[in-house]
This record gives sequence, C-alpha cells and structure tokens, in this order.
Amino acid sequence: MSAGGIVPRQSFQEAARVTLANAQMRRNLGHATTTIREKRLRAVSELPNWEELRDEGAALKDHVLANLGDYLLDLEASVKRRGGQVHWARDAAEARGIIADIAASHGAREVIKVKSITTDEIELNAGLAERGIHAIETDLAELIVQLAEDRPSHILVPAIHRNRAEIRELFRRKLGAEGLTDEPKQLAEAARLYLREKFLTTKVAVSGANFAVAESGTVCIVESEGNGRMCLTMPEVLISVMGLEKVLPTWQDMAVFLRLLPRSSTAERMNPYTSFWSGVTPGDGPREFHLVLLDNGRTDVLADEVGRQTLRCIRCSACLNVCPVYERAGGHAYGSVYPGPIGAILTPQLLHLEDKNANTLPWASSLCGACYDACPVKINIPEVLLYLRGKITEEKPLSAEAIAFKTAAWVMSEPHRFEGAIKLARMGQGPLVRNGAIHALPGMLGGWTESRDLPPIAAQSFREWWRKRPAPEMRGTDGDAQTSEGEPIAPQREDGVPL
Amino acid sequence: MTIDLFITCLNDAMFPRTGEATVKLLERLGHEVRFNEAQTCCGQMHFNSGYQEDALRLVRHFVETFRDAEVVVAPSGSCVGMVRDLYPRAAEWAGDEELLAEVNALAPRVFELSEFLVRHLGVEDVGAYYPHRVTYHQTCHAMRILRVGDAPLRLLRNVRGLKLAELPAVEQCCGFGGTFSVKNPETSTAMLADKVQSVLSTRAEACTAGDNSCLMHIGGGLSRLQAGTRTVHLAEILASTEAEVFA
Repeated sequence: MSAGGIVPRQSFQEAARVTLANAQMRRNLGHATTTIREKRLRAVSELPNWEELRDEGAALKDHVLANLGDYLLDLEASVKRRGGQVHWARDAAEARGIIADIAASHGAREVIKVKSITTDEIELNAGLAERGIHAIETDLAELIVQLAEDRPSHILVPAIHRNRAEIRELFRRKLGAEGLTDEPKQLAEAARLYLREKFLTTKVAVSGANFAVAESGTVCIVESEGNGRMCLTMPEVLISVMGLEKVLPTWQDMAVFLRLLPRSSTAERMNPYTSFWSGVTPGDGPREFHLVLLDNGRTDVLADEVGRQTLRCIRCSACLNVCPVYERAGGHAYGSVYPGPIGAILTPQLLHLEDKNANTLPWASSLCGACYDACPVKINIPEVLLYLRGKITEEKPLSAEAIAFKTAAWVMSEPHRFEGAIKLARMGQGPLVRNGAIHALPGMLGGWTESRDLPPIAAQSFREWWRKRPAPEMRGTDGDAQTSEGEPIAPQREDGVPL
Repeated sequence: MTIDLFITCLNDAMFPRTGEATVKLLERLGHEVRFNEAQTCCGQMHFNSGYQEDALRLVRHFVETFRDAEVVVAPSGSCVGMVRDLYPRAAEWAGDEELLAEVNALAPRVFELSEFLVRHLGVEDVGAYYPHRVTYHQTCHAMRILRVGDAPLRLLRNVRGLKLAELPAVEQCCGFGGTFSVKNPETSTAMLADKVQSVLSTRAEACTAGDNSCLMHIGGGLSRLQAGTRTVHLAEILASTEAEVFA
C-alpha cells in the first residue's frame, strides 16, 4: 500500500527528528502558519458573536453525534429518493473496494479527485492503482503532492511545506512546463492547462464531503479553486466518500458551519466555491451518484464519552495553524493524513489505541491549549490528549517510567518523604553540578540537557527557610535574616554584579 | 486576610526564593500568610504524563491539606491551572463523586499570585522597585486556562524603575510542557530556540513570568547559550523594594 493513510511508520519523536532537520520546510511552515494565524484572528474578530457561534456549532455537532444512527438512515433514504446510491463501508479496505468496483464497472482507467483527505485516509489512490486505475488529484496542492510523490502535510494546505521555487521545478519536470517563473499566476496557469484536459475527458470523479444534509440528501463541499465544481458536474459518474460524522440534520444547520468553517480555515469571510448536489438530475450533471459512508473506527470513537468530541471536527485546520509543535515538526512527523493537534487525538482513536506509533501522538503536545482556543467547534483537545495518555499508560504498568512515577507519587503523598527526597537529591546531585548548574542529566531525563541547563536543588528548601523564620512578634519590617541561599540579603545579583 | 500559600514542589525544592518573595509581598500588603507543611505537589506531572491513578493520590492529598483554607495562593499559573481545570477531570474520570464535590468546593478558592492581587484584592501597585529592563513571558496555563489576562502586566507597569520590553510572539509556548521536554526533546528545543531568540531580541536584562517551570526552561536555554540574560519570577520582582532587592 502507498504512503499516507493513518498508520504512522515511526513514533512521533523519531519522525520529528527527521522533519526538524529540514530547514527549508521549517522556514516555509513558519512563514505560512504565522501569516494564516494573523489572518484568522482578524477574520474571527469581525464577528461579534463568534463565541456564541462556536457554542452553537459544538452543540449542533453533539446533537448529531448523540443521534447519529437516525440521521444517517434519514440521509440514506433521502439520497435514494433523489436517485443516488448509498454504500456503507466498515473500514478502509471495504471503502476502497466499493469505489474501485464502481470505477471499474464503467471501464475507467483514470478518475479525477477533489477534496480527498478521507480518500487519503483509506489510501484510495493505491487501491485504485492495484486495479489499473490512475487517480488524478485536482486540488492544486494535492496535485503538487502527487507529482512530487510526496505526502500531504496539512489538512487544508497539503503542500504547505513546499515553496514556490520548489513547485516551479516540479511543474517543469513533471508537466513539461518550460520557461515557468515562480509567480503564483504562472504556476496556477500551468496546473490549469494540465487539469482542464482531465476535467473534460475523465468519466469518473471521486469527491470528499464537508457536510451532508439528512433531510434532503444533499452533499456539500467548500473549496477555493473551482476544481470541485468541475469534478462534480463534468463526469458521468460521481462517487462521494464521507466519514459518518459529517451528516447534519437540516439546511438550517448548514448556516452555522458555513460561517464557522471559512473563517477558521482560510481566514476568509466566505470561500469562493460552495457546491451542493443531491442525487441525480436527468440531463444535468453526473448520471450516476454514489455516496460511500465510511466508519473506519468512527463508531468506536463515538462510543467513548470523553473521546467522542473528536468527531465534532470539521477539518478546518485552525488547530494546526496555531500549534507550536506542528509549526516546528511539520505535518509529516504525525505519520497520518490527520496531522497536528486534531491528528494527535483522532489518529490513535481511529486505530483503537492499538498502534504503538500512533500511541505516541498524544504526547506530541506541550499542552499549551492554543488548539482549544482556536477550534470553531470547541473540541477540548488538551483534555482528550490527557485522557488518551491515561488510557495508553494504563496498558504499561511495569515500564521503568511507570515505576518512577509510582515511586514519585508515593514519595509526594507524604510531606516527610518528599522532604527526605529533596535532601537526598541535594546530596546526590553533587557530581552533576558545575558552575551552579546541571549540564548533563543521566538516563530518561537526558533529553532535557541536550539543549538546556538545569538549576540544581537549592541549598535550602522553602520549607526549611519557613521553619527557620523568627516568630511574627520577633520579625522586623524586613522580615527574616537569611535567604534560601544562606546569604544575608544584599543589593547585588547572584553573580556579584551590583544592581 | 489569612492566605494559605501553596508553594509547589518545584518552587520548594529548586526556587525557594520565589516562595520567600511571595511571603514578603503578601505580608507587606498586610495579610497573614500561612504555610501548611503537609503540602507536597499538585500532581500535574503525573496527570499530564498519563499516570492518573498516581495523580489521584496527590489530588486527594492536596484537597485534605487545603480543605479548610479561606484562599490558597500559589506563585504558579501552571499548578493552579491543574487544580482549577484538571482536578475536576481527575475526579470525574476516576468516578469519585465525593472527591469531585470536594474539588468543586475548593478549586474556586485557589488563585495564581497575579490574578489574586489584581482581580481578588484589587491591587495593581504593590510598591515595588526594580530598576531594570524586563520582558514578560505570558505562560500558557495562566493565559489560556486561568485567563489572567493583563494582570501581571498591570503589576509590572507599576513597578518603579522597571522598563517593560514587549516580547515578540508572546502567546507562543516556550516548549516546556513538563515531560514533553524530555519525551520530545528535539521539538521542545526547536520551540525554545524561537522563544530564546524572542527574549534576546528585546535586549532585556531579565525575562520574567509567573511560573518557574517555564522560566526554568527558558533560563536553561539562555544559560546554555551564555546569553547574559537571566530569568526571574514575577513574585521576586514584586517583592523587591529600594530597601530590599529580592531578585
């Protein structure tokens, strides 16, 4: 199977070691996320009721998740009523099989694709290739990733790690576009010429879906380039794949999300193209419409009371753009088509906390909380991260780390044990302290001192100082006599330089 | 007012002067300060690392220690964030209703130092003197969990002699994240490198914050670079006067 999918090949730490060393990518990513972060803040601040809108979005999604079965059955009935066909896929392999069968039954050698993160989740391109069918990405960034034989590194901007000069080179090599400069207009034109021919000649299209309305059987995608509209209207057969959680009860609900999504994702008031399609219409658009409803672990996420909120996600990528870890390590470090904070909670849950690499993802966070603040549907990502850490750690009761933490909890649950441990550490640290700091720690803690010094345990702990304080009635206005360093307080810095 | 101090395990063992400064400051403002010696650690390190059962021992211990306090004040946004935001989660996930009720009763009385001074006491000028160029790092938990807002800045602006230098990208995490810095040292270091660069760009003599864990991280990076800029806890600046220089 091709690269991509949701199964990481390495732990986050191992993968990040590689991506962090890529200076070009770091620069590209830092520049792109900083720009979009600032733009998003501006776009969001224009709406006086943004917080209420977030609450509304979260509540609507929770309502859908609590009644998911009913709404999915409604959706199925509505789609059928409009002349479409509905397929239920338990997992990635089943979804790949369904789509490949439909494409093959029409004798397709090529299919065009739009909005395809869910198809990346199921590794559709590789599945189709096994059946001799070539998938052509039509989103500009997806096309770049495909031509470069690379992997997407961002939900919304899959080629965010590439800059214009790199893309120009790629188009020259792969599309034979000679004399190209790295002006965005020229690059887009080169892609347009290539894609236009594909739109006009390809019989089968595969799309993702941002939302689907249960009451009318309408599917929706939100995009910026117009390629979606081409894919949805030109081919004879349209196959749309969506995760189970994307269903909304009514058209009314769409209004909330069409306000939340563009501002959160591209920092636009409204995205350039919003397409809706319902079943088939004789004489207009595709003659066949198939909707594939994908589970692939989602119903298990749904069953978990704390983890469930993960399924509110509308894939806007706001959490990626504000995440300091994502900004440095890049999307590839997460090893899944779902990178960043949302990926750190979604990927391991979709894999049932059974994949040892995916299980390192909940630790790929400093818990700074920026993702929770940015999320338009208020997914408490830090909370879910901690919850998953707990569940994953439970499985390893006898690791060296677990024993260390258990010991520490035992020590710290009694003040005299804690104080004894401080004294012991103070004595034991002797050989490690040089010029007032620790420059190298042994064992598990060694990662810290690879780049940072550590102050030593103080000569006198706070509680020791507290005990030595004179009684209140003995104290003057300037309090006690000695500081924790055991030196009289004098107006000078620790290094002796007078202040 | 009688204030119970929560000095936090890190401050107790490694940064006792922050605790001393907190005592001085609160007493100077006319409050009675108590230190219950039964206190140890809030359990954040355990909880955040996935050792929730072990963390629960420390949650229970904290609740027992401070149950009768009128208010608890700590010079750490991170540890107060643990108490206010995550103690209820810890109790809920353990299915311990009794503990949850106790936590819900206690947590709203636990404050971070700067928010206590500004929001609770309504004090913005603590009479401090600190004649240095200082930059202020907004720590994540104080900013996003406790929402202390500009409380620390209000206090710093009223410190005589202090020149406040604005820190670029102030909302960005320093990359400490407790065990994150040990489990993902390379990513943590990349975040720290940017933070250190921001601090140095201000040409400040000292970088301050309301949390010694973040300062330990930033200070560890500055120290390794021999950068000549140091870190100092907000409490130590606020405790400093012309008569007694604390930090």
